[in-house]
Order: sequence, then C-alpha cells, then structure tokens
Amino acid sequence: MGDINTAMAEQYRNDFLKEVEANVEDGQWVKMCMQCGVCSGSCPLGPAWEHPPQEIFMMIRAGRRDEVLKSESMWMCTSCYNCIVRCPRELPITHIMHGLANYAHRLGLAPKMNPTRRFAKKFWNNLAKTGRVNEIELSVGLYFMDGFKTGIARAWAMKDIGIGMLKAKRLNPFGFVTHKGCKDKKGIQRMLKKAREIEDRRKGFAA
Amino acid sequence: MADVVATHETIVVVGGGISGMTAAVEAAETGKNVILLERAPSLGGRVSQLYKYFPKLCHPTCGMEINLRRLRGNKRIKVLTQAEVRKIEGHAGDYKLSVTLHPRYVNDNCTACGECGQAVSAEIPNPFDYGMSRMKAAYLPSLMAYPQRYVIDPSILGTADAEKAKAACKYGAIDLDMKPETITLSAGAVVWATGWRPYDAAKIQPYGYDRFANVITSVEFERLSDPRGPTAGRIVRPSDGKEAKNVAFIQCAGSRDRNHLKHCSRICCMASLKQTTYMREHFGDEAQSTIYYIDIRAIDRFEDFYQKVQADPAVRFLKSKVANITEDEATGDVILHGVDTEGYHRYDNRHDLCVLAVGMEPSVDVRSIADVRVDASGFIELGATDGGIFGAGCAANALDVNRSVQSATASVLRAVQVVNRVAKAEG
Repeated sequence: MGDINTAMAEQYRNDFLKEVEANVEDGQWVKMCMQCGVCSGSCPLGPAWEHPPQEIFMMIRAGRRDEVLKSESMWMCTSCYNCIVRCPRELPITHIMHGLANYAHRLGLAPKMNPTRRFAKKFWNNLAKTGRVNEIELSVGLYFMDGFKTGIARAWAMKDIGIGMLKAKRLNPFGFVTHKGCKDKKGIQRMLKKAREIEDRRKGFAA
Repeated sequence: MADVVATHETIVVVGGGISGMTAAVEAAETGKNVILLERAPSLGGRVSQLYKYFPKLCHPTCGMEINLRRLRGNKRIKVLTQAEVRKIEGHAGDYKLSVTLHPRYVNDNCTACGECGQAVSAEIPNPFDYGMSRMKAAYLPSLMAYPQRYVIDPSILGTADAEKAKAACKYGAIDLDMKPETITLSAGAVVWATGWRPYDAAKIQPYGYDRFANVITSVEFERLSDPRGPTAGRIVRPSDGKEAKNVAFIQCAGSRDRNHLKHCSRICCMASLKQTTYMREHFGDEAQSTIYYIDIRAIDRFEDFYQKVQADPAVRFLKSKVANITEDEATGDVILHGVDTEGYHRYDNRHDLCVLAVGMEPSVDVRSIADVRVDASGFIELGATDGGIFGAGCAANALDVNRSVQSATASVLRAVQVVNRVAKAEG
C-alpha cells in the first residue's frame, strides 16, 4: 500500500479504546459508561470543560486519539469526586481523568502551557527530590513560573494568606535552607526510579 | 379462626394484589382449595391505586371488578385480610405458616354504611393516596375495597373517638376488644405474591424529594390524576395548588443505578409515557411534558405506544440523566440541571412540577420468612428452590400488570403440580 493509503487507513484505525484500557490507570472502566451524562452535569467546573467526561468517554470509543490526548479537559478536574459519587455504574471518573492526563503527559501530547500540568510537574519534582514537599520552594516557584514581574504581583495578592500562615506556623520562611526532607532520600529516589522503569517497560514508554 | 381449614392439599397465596388475586382465582378454578392472605385491610394492591394502566389506558376498577366477581363466586377461596406471614417452615407438600391476624375492630356485621366514619373526628394520612390526603380514623380503605367493611385505626383506641364510633354503629359491628392473634396454617404449596413498593425517593439526594414540595413520585402523580384522588383529578402543585402545565419526568430515578437499585424496573418508561397522556387529557395543547431519559425502554409490543407519544408535539424527549434539582424559592418552580447527551449542551430547565419515575423494589424481604433464593435485588428466583414456594408477580421480578398476571398463572401451575403429587401420595 502506498503512503497515502496507509495514512488514510490510519485515520480509521479504531483501537484507541484498547490502548486506553492497556495504558491508562483505571482505563478498563471506560467501556462501562452508558452515556447518561450525570458526571458532566454534576461537575462544578463543568462549564469550563471543552469536553465533559461523558464526551471524553465517547471520543475514546470513537477513536479520536489526538483530540482526547491533546485536550485541556481532563486537566480541569479538581478531584471533588461528585461524579464518582453519582455515577450509576460506579466508574472511578476522577481517577480516569487523572490517568488520561498522566498518559497524555507521558506521551508528550499534553498541552505544554496548561497550568495544572505545570503545577503538577513542579509538585512532583519538589516531592521526589527529598521525599517531602518543601512548601516555601513550591509556592515561590509557582508564583514565579511565568517570570519575575507576574511573580511579584501574585505574591503581593497572596500576602495576607502568607502572613497568616507564617503567624500560625504553617509555613517555614527559612525552608529554602532548613528543609530537611526524609531520612533516606537516596532510598526514596532509587525506589521511584525503579517504579518508573517498571512502568516504562510495561507500557512501552521510551526510557 | 376456627373456620379456616387448611390441609397438605391447600395452596396458600400470600399477597392480595393483582398477582395474588389472579393466582388464587386460577388455583381455585382448577379445583384446589386456596387461602388468600393480604396484609392490608383490603384486596387490590398497588394496581387499584393507579388512575389508568397501559397500553389500553383503561381503568383498573374494571379488572378489579372481574377478579372480585370470580373470587366471590368461588367457594374454594378463603380470604384473610390484615394477615401477615411471619414464618414458613417445612417442605413441599407439608408447610406450616405462622400468620399474625391484626385486628380490624370491625366484625362481619358491618354494612359499610359509614356512620362510624362520620362520628369520628380524628384524621390520619390516607395510605391509598400515598399520604397526600387525610381521612377519618374509621374508614373504608377505598371505594372498591373488598371486603366492603370499615376499619378502625388503632391510633384512636382508648379515646372518646373510639367510643363515638361504637355508639354510632347501628349493627353492633364495632368490637374494640379485638386482639391480634397468631394462627398456624398448613399448606402443600405457597405462592408468594407480595408485590413491590416504590423506591424511597428521598434516598436520591440530588433530586431533593425530601426538600422540595414540587418534586413528587410517579405513584403520587397517578393519584393526582385520578378523579377520585386527593385533588379530584386536578393536576396541581403540592406547594401552592397552581395547575402544573409544565411537567418534567425523570426516568431511572433509583433504577439502573448501583447506588440505589441495580435492576431496570421495566415499567417506569411506559408509566411516564402514559402519564404524558394524562397531561394532554387535562390541559390539551397547553400541556408541556419533558421526559429526561437514558434510553427509553418501552419493552416488547409497547413500541407503538412510544411512537404515538413521540408524535405528540406537547411531549419533549431529552436524553440526559438529570444531575441535580434546585428550587426557585420565590415561585416554587423546580430547576433541573444537567448535560444533554445529544450534543453535550448544558441546561438549567425550569418546570412547574417534577415527577420522579421511581423504581420497583420487593415490598417484603422474604429471606427472613422462608427458605427461598433471591437475586441481587431481592426478587425470588424462578425455580431456585426444589420446594413448593413460588414467587409470582413483582415478588419475582419487576413486571407490569400484564406480565404479573402471566407470572401468577405460571406459579399456580407449579403449585398445582405440587399439591397433585401430595394428593397422589396420600391416596
């Protein structure tokens, strides 16, 4: 077959559902959706989603791989669990959304500038380094991720909350230098590395 | 109860609704002796509380009348009302049923003249109208009640009202000293036809049945539509009595939901389609019915009924399971929120009244009474026991009237085989 034929045939390849079942956490639940729509209607951030969960499930079944994986939608999930509680078939919708987001990220298809993705990355790197979150480093990093000027503006807007947290001793202002992390940092890092290797092998991600 | 004779060849039918009455009549007409037990003071069950039944839209009083005529004319049937089965022990051909007979406080002399009802002043919620109306504490359960005898509610015992009722009776029919009694009945086979109850709509938290006056259930809507119901057949809102011309019907309210009832209750789609015809009957072209559904299951030959309703411009179908309901406090209107599956459009739709098409669940947990196997929803499994206890009607499955009658007849055929075997063995 010529290249054009292959390319055309590729459009109609419909194994995305199987791909999701194999690689996305809780992906095997997607086929259980009966399209009642109660998840979409129950989502407090619903109006902000381009494709509500119910539609995402249908798009997966319709094989619209690129549209799903490049979507901002599943990054909107705030884990309120309203959908899971109400789903008549008990689909773990929140977990599937996070699973899809993670899968899209690992494939490098997730929208690069999505703020949730950027925050998640910062959080993970911060946590993985010492086994415990360094709060001052994380929040300052978050404020300044779009440059110095916006960082100052954000920090200024949040100053009352910050001062309140300092007074209540919920935030250590010297965390940059005094943050200790866990006892066996190297052990934790080795463990995470090993887990990553296993996942990569199982799901066929390039190492 | 010395006049109840029961042997190993007797068939006991538990439940006096459409299934139980059918079973009793069918068994008796094959020549078997039958005892029909009913927990309520009157036969008829849930079907008698309907305004009309589908698909022919005829009135249940008609079928009730035919069944009562067959039942009264048959000497082989003994009817015991206010009878509750506590325990069934034994095996096929030799069962012992422990039955509690609750007192009616009215004996056979009653002519249903109604003098006691007029004498009494205390009022209680009327269960026939699902509590939407109140009635005197000395009452006839319904116009079609069988037996046609009044009942004194135990709540007025020991009060002046009870004495007034007794004094008003010209026939000496009121006996306030009646006590509950427990009897033991023998039976060769048992037909268990205890029927269904509507799922408790208050458990579906996002729909606010317990919070909003204008969210009602489908069985309550039947009573609203009935000319003999609490509103004399006017379809009005419970909150302010305003005519409800714009009504939302929510399907699968409790059914097909692992948080509530796992099964499809089968009748609710047809029930709501039927209820849209009530809307047209009452309001003509001004009627607005909206059915919110996952998919319409107008089972079997009812597809043409569905198509007829679809062709009615006063009925709108919206493919979506409603996420939640809020109330506009100023007007009492209900607002339904959700996302439409056909196009994923978000909606916030205002209606005068919302009817929840609630699911069916078995009215009695039979496992604590008899040794039978039930399915995940509590319905008696067909042929699951080698014994002589057979589920019939809605005790066996979520069924409409037509199928309940078929199920009852099928169970009777099995019960007759059991007692025939016993008769042969006893010679």
